[in-house]
Amino acid sequence: MRSPAKSFAAVVRSLNQPGAAGRLTALAIPYAWLGLFFLLPLLIVLKISVSESVMGIPPYEPILTFAENATLQIHLTFSNFVLLLRDDMYVVAYVNSVKIAAISTLISVLLGYTMAYGIARSPLRWRYLLLMLIIIPFWTSFLIRIYAMIGFLKDNGLVNNLLMALGIIDQPLAIMYTPAAVYIGIVYSYLPFMVLPIYAALERMDPSLLEAASDLGAKPWKAFLRVTLPLSMPGVVAGSLLVFIPAVGEFVIPELLGGLGSPMIGKVLWAEFFSNRDWPVSSAVAVAMLALLVVPVMMFDRFASRYFRGR
Amino acid sequence: MAVGSGGLQDKPWTDPKAEPFVRVQGVSKHFGDVAAVNGVDLNIYRGEFFALLGASGCGKTTLLRMLAGFETPSAGKIFIDGVDMADIPPYRRPVNMMFQSYALFPHMTVGQNVAFGLQQEGVAKAEIADRVAEMLDLVQIKALATRKPDQLSGGQRQRVALARALVKRPKLVLLDEPLGALDRKLREQTQFELVNIQEKLGATFVIVTHDQEEAMTMATRVCVMNAGMVEQVGAPAEVYEYPNSRFVADFIGTANLFEGVVTEAGAGETRIVSPELGGDIVVGTGGTAAVGATVSVMVRPEKIQVVPGGNADPAYNSAEGIVRDIAYLGDVSVYHVELASGKRVQFTRANLLHTADTPISWDDTVRFQWHPANGILLVI
Repeated sequence: MRSPAKSFAAVVRSLNQPGAAGRLTALAIPYAWLGLFFLLPLLIVLKISVSESVMGIPPYEPILTFAENATLQIHLTFSNFVLLLRDDMYVVAYVNSVKIAAISTLISVLLGYTMAYGIARSPLRWRYLLLMLIIIPFWTSFLIRIYAMIGFLKDNGLVNNLLMALGIIDQPLAIMYTPAAVYIGIVYSYLPFMVLPIYAALERMDPSLLEAASDLGAKPWKAFLRVTLPLSMPGVVAGSLLVFIPAVGEFVIPELLGGLGSPMIGKVLWAEFFSNRDWPVSSAVAVAMLALLVVPVMMFDRFASRYFRGR
Repeated sequence: MAVGSGGLQDKPWTDPKAEPFVRVQGVSKHFGDVAAVNGVDLNIYRGEFFALLGASGCGKTTLLRMLAGFETPSAGKIFIDGVDMADIPPYRRPVNMMFQSYALFPHMTVGQNVAFGLQQEGVAKAEIADRVAEMLDLVQIKALATRKPDQLSGGQRQRVALARALVKRPKLVLLDEPLGALDRKLREQTQFELVNIQEKLGATFVIVTHDQEEAMTMATRVCVMNAGMVEQVGAPAEVYEYPNSRFVADFIGTANLFEGVVTEAGAGETRIVSPELGGDIVVGTGGTAAVGATVSVMVRPEKIQVVPGGNADPAYNSAEGIVRDIAYLGDVSVYHVELASGKRVQFTRANLLHTADTPISWDDTVRFQWHPANGILLVI
C-alpha cells in the first residue's frame, strides 16, 4: 500500500524500461476495467446528486443545457446535500449505520480473532477442514441465508424453542425486529471476512518468534500481547475494513431482520430510490456515504504503509 | 587450531570431582516412531564452549531445543546448575538461545528486540537502556539501534540475535547454527569474535553446528553425534587425532582407512596384515584388539610423507602407488594415489616454495610412509 503519487511514479519508471509495451497492456486492462465499471458509474451518481429532481424519465434535470443566445448553462444544485443535513432522518440513519457497523465490527474482531487463532494453532490435518467450514456458507445465496436467520431468531424459532425446552427462559426472547437481530445478522454474514485475513496473518507468522519470546522470559499471554497480536494487526485491520465498510451500507439485513426503530442508511437510500423515485436525493445519500467511508479507508492506507514500510 | 581451548585452562572435564553445569542423563526424544535423540549422556562444565557436531538429522538441534525447553525429553533427565529442568518452562530457565533463523521480532527495532528480555524481567527502564547500549556496543552495532530487522544485512541480524541472547546475562547460552547464514570470510571473523565474547562474559556456550571446522575452531570440547547418539566427546585435537570410531574418523577431517586382520597384539604395538595396503601395518597407539580381529587403521593425509628415491624407513609403514589426482589448494596440494589393490590413498604436502617445484606429477609411481605412532587402530 503506497500513496497514489508514489505508485504513479513507480508506474512511470517501469514504463521507461525495456519490455514496456507488454507491461503497458498488462496495466491497461485493470485500469480500463476500473475506469469503465467504477469511475464512470461513480461520476454518473455524482452528477445525479447535484441535479434537480423532476417527474419524468429520467427523473432528474440535465446539468448542462443550451439556453437562448447560444449560452451553455451549468445548473448545479446542492439542495440534495443540504437536505441530508437539515432532515434529522438522514443524520440519524448515518449515525445509526456507523454505530451498528462499528459495534458489529468489534464483535466480529473478538469472535473472528478467536476462531482464526484456533484454526491457525490446530494441527495441519484439521486446519483446511476448519477453513472449509468457514467458507462453505458462501456457496449459498446471501439472501437465503438471511431468510434462514429469521427461522432461528423469531419468537417460535430455533433459538427460543431450544432455550425454552432447556428451561432457561419461559417467555420467548424478542430478538427479531430489534437491533440485536441486525447485529447477529451482520456478524454472522461478515465473520468470514474477518476470520480469513486474521488467519492469513497468524499462519504467516514464524513460530520461532514465539519460542524466542518464551526463551527471553515472556509468559504465554505476554508473548501473545507483544508478539502475536502486533504481528496479526494487519489482518485485524484488513478484516475490520472488510466488515465495517459493507456493514455501513447494509440494506438486506436491516430490512429483513431489523425493526423500524433503528433505520440504517442503506434502507433510507433504497426507499428514496424505489419508493420516492427521488434519484438526486438517493444519489446524494450514496455520495455522502462514500465520503463517510473514505475516512477509514485512508486511515487503513496510512496504517498499512507505515506498517509494511520496507517490507 | 582451537582458539577456544585457551579460555578454560584447567579442563574441568578431566577432574572427576568437578560438578558439571549441565547434566544430560539418558535423554531420548521420540517423534512418533523416530528416535531423534537416543539415550544421550553428557556433562558440560561451567565456562565451556561446547559444540554439538553432526550431519543434519543427527539430533543435535533436538538436543539443544530440549536444553532450551522447547521439547520435552521422552526419557531421561536434564539438570542445569543442579536443578532438574523437567517441569520448568522455557521462560523460567536460566538459558537464552540464539535461533538459527535469528527469530528477530520484525515489528520491533534493534533496540526493542534486545530490550525485550530485560522488560520481561521487570528491570528498571534506565538500566534497560544502559544494558542494551552496552550489549549493542559489545557486538558492534550501536549505530543500528533504531533500525528494524528488515533494514539489516544478514551479518547485522546475526549480531542483533546474539546481543538479544546475551543481554540477560544467562548462565547458559545456546546457539543454533549461529554462523550458518554468513559468507565464509565473515564467518571466520565472527568465530573468533564469538569466542572472545564468550571468554569476556564467562558464560557457558553450547553451539550446534554441522561445520566441523567451525566446531574445531571455537569449542573447548566437541561432541560428535550420529543418528541421535553421541559418538565421541573430546577436545578438538583429541577428536581429530584420536577418533574412537570409523564414523568420527571420517566425519572430522579426511581419513585414510585400511582394513586388515590383527596378526600380533603386543603391549606397545599391534601388527595388522592389510591386503588393501598390500603389506603389514604397525600401529603404535589406539585400542587393543585381539589376534585375528578385523580392524581398520586410520591415517590422516598430513601424516603421510612421500619417500624421495623410493627407500622407505624400515621403522615406518609404507606402500607404493600411482598418482591419479592432484588438487592444488594454494597452501597445500592433495595427492590421490591408487594402490595395487585399487584402494585410493590421500595425502597432503605443504607447498613450501612458491616456485611450485613439484616433483610429483600425474601417473608417477610414488612410495609413501607414515610412522606407526601416527596410525590409529579402530575396532570395527
